[in-house]
Amino acid sequence: MKNIIIEIKGLKKDYQVGEVMVHALRGVDMKIDDGEFVAIMGVSGSGKSTMLNILGCLDKPTGGEYDFDGVNINTLDRDALARLRNNKLGFVFQAYNLLPRTTALENVELPLFYNNKIRSKERKERAIAALESVGLADRMKHMPNQLSGGQQQRVAIARSLVNDPRIILADEPTGNLDTRTSFEIMELFQSLNEKGRTIVYVTHEPDIARFATRNVIFRDGRIQKESQVNERLYARDMLKSLPAEEFDEM
Amino acid sequence: MNYSNLFRIAIRALLRNKLRAFLTMLGIIIGVASVIAMLALGEGSKMSIREEMSSMGTNMVMVMPNSQRRGGVSLGSSGSMALKYSDVTALRNEAGSITSVSPEVRASGQVIYGNQNSQTTIYGISEEYLTIKKLEVETGRLFNSQETKSMAKVCLLGQTVVEDLFGENVDPIGLSVRIKNLPFQVIGVLKEKGESGMGQDQDDMILAPYTTVQRRLAAIDYINGIYASAVTEEKSAEAIAEIEEILRRSHKLKESDENDFRIMSQSELIETVSSITDIMTLLLGAIAGISLLVGGIGIMNIMFVSVTERTREIGLRMSIGGRGKDILWQFLVESMLLSILGGILGIISGYLIARLAGSLMDSPVFVTTRSVVLAFVVCFAIGVFFGWYPAKKAAGLNPIDALRYE
Repeated sequence: MKNIIIEIKGLKKDYQVGEVMVHALRGVDMKIDDGEFVAIMGVSGSGKSTMLNILGCLDKPTGGEYDFDGVNINTLDRDALARLRNNKLGFVFQAYNLLPRTTALENVELPLFYNNKIRSKERKERAIAALESVGLADRMKHMPNQLSGGQQQRVAIARSLVNDPRIILADEPTGNLDTRTSFEIMELFQSLNEKGRTIVYVTHEPDIARFATRNVIFRDGRIQKESQVNERLYARDMLKSLPAEEFDEM
Repeated sequence: MNYSNLFRIAIRALLRNKLRAFLTMLGIIIGVASVIAMLALGEGSKMSIREEMSSMGTNMVMVMPNSQRRGGVSLGSSGSMALKYSDVTALRNEAGSITSVSPEVRASGQVIYGNQNSQTTIYGISEEYLTIKKLEVETGRLFNSQETKSMAKVCLLGQTVVEDLFGENVDPIGLSVRIKNLPFQVIGVLKEKGESGMGQDQDDMILAPYTTVQRRLAAIDYINGIYASAVTEEKSAEAIAEIEEILRRSHKLKESDENDFRIMSQSELIETVSSITDIMTLLLGAIAGISLLVGGIGIMNIMFVSVTERTREIGLRMSIGGRGKDILWQFLVESMLLSILGGILGIISGYLIARLAGSLMDSPVFVTTRSVVLAFVVCFAIGVFFGWYPAKKAAGLNPIDALRYE
């Protein structure tokens, strides 16, 4: 029996930009179950990023209903939303957004700092475990500028995992990475998903979307098409097929 | 977010820009240091003035003639003829709250010895004057009543006059000096007294019998002032009242007449001078306080830069669960750390500056606990006050806008 994590009905989001009213979302219905691996696609301005921001409780919809893990988001205030993000959500950004001049370990610890229930010993243990799970056990004391793009994104993924979230939301997680590193990141996501993690990511690359199990395509603020991925790609296999002379990063 | 973590974050943020943090603090350091130094110097000079003035006798009471007006024109008080020697006699005979009393007649003029000369003031007095003003004869003797009666041309010299006329290693006793072209025999030298609290050289004086100065040098029949000692300092007020009553009677003033003299006690004067130095100290402190304010604005400025610079960091912190309150505290602790650290360094350097300035200018300094506490509290307040607005701005950011900030 699968649990529903996200349930959205008639979601709308309007922005006022100058004198023009922008309708970023014009009524979206969506459901995401526990354990799903969803890719949200669409061209620029299709509303996919707005969608992800609302899913991540960073933004509030102007209309419609949004239930996250059984809680109606519309009823929560700023602080309650922050607590929700802290306890149940993990974010991965295109630009990694790691704190500069701060070690990988401390970057991963960061979300737990905002949780008063977690003591420093537990915080450290969990951060180490998260870094190990993304294959960076030997890079804990490194600063972001001492890490490659792929490694930085792994630190960011470890950070999103450290609070054991209900769902991981990734905004163009491979957008700044080359092909090989992109595959490596997708391989990590796929293995996390195999272990039961629910992951939703936004991408504009059709190839990258094929690593997911379900694709949702946005256009003009509406869902244009929703489908299960037929010929799903597996990053592990893709990496093997890449030419050997490409630089070996990891 | 607990407090130790807030401190760690703030310290790390400051260490990330060490030079900038130091320069920002410098504003506070200079402000606090100047406040501390100014207050220390002010407090020190106040204390030394009090001490100096007390050394002149805290139970001293002075009577000065009031400035006279004729046809609306003020004639000044020194030319006033209101006080006569008979007033001194009246006080000596009638006043019970004073122990000794002396007239003072002043004449200023040139003193000549050989080819040396000195411009000084000659004080015509009676013997009790030395007790009242706490002067002492170092060598030689004081004139006696016989010499006073006969308007003898004898005098005692202050140390400055001795140095001016004779240089060192000369014993002037028995030598003859010319004061306003009259020969005077030096019968004594006064002990050195140093500068008064107000910077007046108390050794630049010649003492002679009041009769001599009155008749032979100034050619007047009145006196310039009366000095008396109250029985005790506490009885000063009582002495003033008694002197006033006796003088009014001896001047035959009617009920409606105003006093043609003024009475002041040394303890009153000390109070007055203290309050003047208090105002001076306050003024200096206020000027220094302005630099503290400027320092505070510097902190606010840097905090704004810091908030803008770290907008993306703020966005990230919010997205992973930082509440507005957490962000507010993060920046507030940073600005408070800046100002308090600056304050502590400022207190230390202010103390050192005060000590240095004190030893250079040879004036005492006194760093009061009050001024240190004040500086510390003001720094804390500056940190909160000038950090609040930038921190509030950071806390109010929209997480998405902050994340997208370029």
